[in-house]
Amino acid sequence: MNHLYQKDISGCGLSGIISTTGKLIPAEDIIKTIRIQNERGNGLGGGFAGYGIYPEYKDYYAVHIMFDHEQAKEDAEDYIENNYIVARKERIPHRRTSAITVHPLLWRYFVKVRTERPDLELEDLNKDDFVVKTVMKINSEIDGAYVFSSGKNMGAFKGVGFADEIADFFMLEQYQAYIWTAHNRFPTNTQGWWGGAHPFTLLDWSIVHNGEISSYGINKRYLEMFRYKCTLLTDTEVVAYLFDLLIRKHGLSAKLACMALAAPFWKDIDRMPEDERQVARQIRQVYGPAMLNGPFSILFAHSRGLIGLNDRIKLRPLIVATKDDRTYMASEESAIRTVCTKPDRVWAPRAGEPVIVELDAGVA
Amino acid sequence: MLKNTTPPEFKVKIDYQRCRRCKRCLQNCSFGVYSFADRVVPDHSKCVACQRCVGYCPESAIEVIPNPAAFKYSSNWTPEHRKNIWKQSEQGGMLLAGMGCDLPYPILFDSMLLDACQVTNPSIDPLREPMELRTYLGRKPDSLQVETTKDGKLKSKTHIEQQIKLEVPIIFAPMSYGAVSLNTHKALMMAAKEVGTVMNTGEGGLHKDLYAYGDNIIVQVASGRFGVHAEYLNAGVAVDIKIGQGAKPGIGGHLPGEKIGMEISKTRMIPIGSDALSPAPHHDIYSIEDLRQLIYAIKEATNYKPVSVKIAAVHNVASIASGIVRAGADIVYLDGFRGGTGAAPTVIRNHVGIPIELALAAVDDRLRQEGIRNQASIIAAGSIRSSADAAKAIALGADAVAIGTAALVALGCRVCQMCYTGKCAWGICTQKPELTARLDPEEGAERLTNLLRAWALEIKEMLGSLGVNAIESFRGSRERLRGVGLDKQTLDILGIKPAGR
Repeated sequence: MNHLYQKDISGCGLSGIISTTGKLIPAEDIIKTIRIQNERGNGLGGGFAGYGIYPEYKDYYAVHIMFDHEQAKEDAEDYIENNYIVARKERIPHRRTSAITVHPLLWRYFVKVRTERPDLELEDLNKDDFVVKTVMKINSEIDGAYVFSSGKNMGAFKGVGFADEIADFFMLEQYQAYIWTAHNRFPTNTQGWWGGAHPFTLLDWSIVHNGEISSYGINKRYLEMFRYKCTLLTDTEVVAYLFDLLIRKHGLSAKLACMALAAPFWKDIDRMPEDERQVARQIRQVYGPAMLNGPFSILFAHSRGLIGLNDRIKLRPLIVATKDDRTYMASEESAIRTVCTKPDRVWAPRAGEPVIVELDAGVA
Repeated sequence: MLKNTTPPEFKVKIDYQRCRRCKRCLQNCSFGVYSFADRVVPDHSKCVACQRCVGYCPESAIEVIPNPAAFKYSSNWTPEHRKNIWKQSEQGGMLLAGMGCDLPYPILFDSMLLDACQVTNPSIDPLREPMELRTYLGRKPDSLQVETTKDGKLKSKTHIEQQIKLEVPIIFAPMSYGAVSLNTHKALMMAAKEVGTVMNTGEGGLHKDLYAYGDNIIVQVASGRFGVHAEYLNAGVAVDIKIGQGAKPGIGGHLPGEKIGMEISKTRMIPIGSDALSPAPHHDIYSIEDLRQLIYAIKEATNYKPVSVKIAAVHNVASIASGIVRAGADIVYLDGFRGGTGAAPTVIRNHVGIPIELALAAVDDRLRQEGIRNQASIIAAGSIRSSADAAKAIALGADAVAIGTAALVALGCRVCQMCYTGKCAWGICTQKPELTARLDPEEGAERLTNLLRAWALEIKEMLGSLGVNAIESFRGSRERLRGVGLDKQTLDILGIKPAGR
C-alpha cells in the first residue's frame, strides 16, 4: 500500500448514545439507530465504538488490531510483547456471516506498558505517550498491520459492510456500554479497506465523522510538527489526533478544543466582551492550522463523555435529543426516534456550537 | 568616448498626418527622445518604451514598436548578448538593470493548479457566506493556557507577543524613499491604511510628514542605516532588518548623489548630494549570533515590537531561515530571485538566487521539521504578479505575500526597467520635481486600494471554490495544489503531487 493520501470522500450517517449516569446500554439500541440510516451508507464501511465494554480489564489498554497477513501479526506481536505486559490476547470474537465473507485477521490485546523500557526514559514519555507512539509505529512501519483502537475499557469494531452487518459480524450483541457511537459510510473512491472505516481512535478518543475535511492538507502538516503520523490516509484520522493534541497534550478544555476546531468568525469575535474576545483571538492565532474547514458533523467520544460538533457553517446534519439520563446524537432525527419515541427535548445544534455531554460527577 | 554602435531597441513612429504639433510628447518624454524642428523628430536610440508619450498624445499619433532591424539569426548569440557586449566594449562598466530578472527561467507558479470542490463537499459562495482573510503576522506560542474563572468566564493566561494585523494577506514590499518618490510612499501608505495592511518603508527612512501612518508601516533597517533613529524605530508596527534582496543577493545599494535633495537628505540623515551607499553586508553582522544581537537590540529599543528579517532566496535558504527564527526573528521575509530592484548589476539580477516557490517550500518544510514554524511568520515575495500567484504562495506555506512591482504597475509603471536612470516618466522611481508631480498620491492610493480589493475578492472566490472559509485553512495546505509538467524532484521540493494524483 502506498502512503500517498487520497482524499477521503464520504457522505455518511452517524449516531451516538450516552448515559450520563453511566448505565450500560445494550448494543441493540445503537445498532437500531444506525441500521435505519443504511440509506446514508453504501456498504463500504461501518463501525462502532463502545465505552465500558471491558470492565474486567479496565486498567489495561485494550488494543484492537487488524492484520492483512500472518507476518504482520508476528511483527506487531514481537513489538508488543517486548514493550508491554500482555494480560490477555485473543481473536476478536466474530462470526461468519453471509454479508461479510472476506476479512482481515482481527485480534485484541489487553496490555500494560512495561515500566523498565529504556525508550520511556530516553524520551521522557508517559504511558499514554508511549501507547500513542506504539500506534504510530505499528501503523506506519509494520506493513499490513493497523490499530483499530488503543484505549482503556473501550474498543472499536469496524470493517467493510453496512454498519448492522458489521455489528452482526463482530457479535456486538455481547457488549454493553455507557457510550456508543456508530457510523455508516458512503465512500466514493477508496475501495473497501477495513482500516478506512470509522470510528477512528487514539487512546480513549474516538471519532465518527460525516464529511470531508477540506483543510486536511494543513491539519496534517500541523500534526506532523508534533510528531503525529497520519497513516490511515483519511481525513477523519486528523480529527482524532487534533483532539488528542489539544486536550491531552495542551490541556485545553473540550469546549476550547471545539472552539479551535470550529472557530468563531472574526466578525463575531470582534463583538465579544474583552476577555472572551482575547481568548477567541488567541485560539485562532495559535490554533489556526488546527481549524477544521469543510463540511462535517462529528461525534467525538471519550471515557468521560460525548461531544457533537458541526462545521462553522453547518454543511452537514446533526440532531441531538435528551431523555432521562440519555443523550442521543445522530445525523437524522428518525435514528433517534427508533429507540426513543418521546424525547424530552430535540434540537439541531447551531453551526460550530459544540454539544458537550459529560458523565455526572462521581460516576465511575 | 567610443561611438555607440548599438542599434536602437525601439522605433518611434509618428503619424504626421495626425500630429498637430502640440509638443505634448516633448513635455512628457523624460528620456529626451523628442526634439522639434518644424515637426516632432524622435531619436530612436533614447526610447525605452515607457509608453508615456503614447498615452499622452491627444491625437494618438505615436506608436512605439520593437526595432525590426534584422540581426543574423543565432539561438545562442541572441541580440541581447551582442548588444550587451557592444555596450560594455564601449564603456567598460557593469551593466545596470532595473526591476526583476527578465530572463525566461521557468516560472513555477505557472506550473501549479488549484483544487476545487465538486459534489462530495460543497463549495462556499463568498457573496453569501463570510470568507475570512484576516492574518496576524508574528511569533505564536506552541499552545495556550486558558483558565475558567469562578463566574464561568474564560481568561487567557498566555501572553502572545505583539502581532501585525492584516485584513488582506498582501503587504507592500520595501521600496525606499530615495529610490521611489515621496508621492509613491504616500500613495502606498494611504492605500495600506485604507485596506488594513502595511507598507514597508525600505531602507531610506521615513519622511517626517508620514509618521501619522505608523499603524500601517513597517520600518526597515538596512546595512546603510539611513534615517535610523529611536523615533523611527518606534514609528511603525514592526521593524524589518534587511539582509538581502532577491534581485541582488549579497549586493549592497547605491543611491547616486544627484538624487539626494533636501528632503531625502533630512530623511536619510546624509549630506545633500552625497552618494548613499549601503554596504553589501551589515558591518555589525558577520554571523548569526550578531544578527541575534541586533534583533534583541531593536526589540529592547521598541518595547518588543515584532522584528522581521528579510533575506534573498539563495541555495541554502532553509537553514538560514531556521537560524534567523532561532535568533529571535518574528517574521522571515523571503525574496525570490525574480524580485524587483531600483538598480542592480544585470549579471547579478539575472543569474543569482533561486525562485521564491522553491525557497518558500523549503523554508516552510524546514521550520515544520524543526517544530518552530509557529515561532515566525513567513512573507513571500519576488514577483507576485496576480492574486493567483499570491494564493499559490499561501498554499505553499506563506503567511502573507509582499508586492513591489505589482504595486508600482498599479501606480502607472510600464515595466520599462529604467528605474536606475532616475528619469521615470511616470513619476514613481525618480526625484525630479517635474516628474514626481506626475503622480497624484491620492489617485495612486485609490488605484492601489482597488488592486488589493480586487485581489482580495479573487482570493475569496478561490477559497470558496476550495470549500474553506478562512485563509488559515488554506495556508500551507499543499494538498490543494497540483503540479503540471514538473519533474519528480521539483514536485518533491514543492511538496505537491502531480495533477491526476
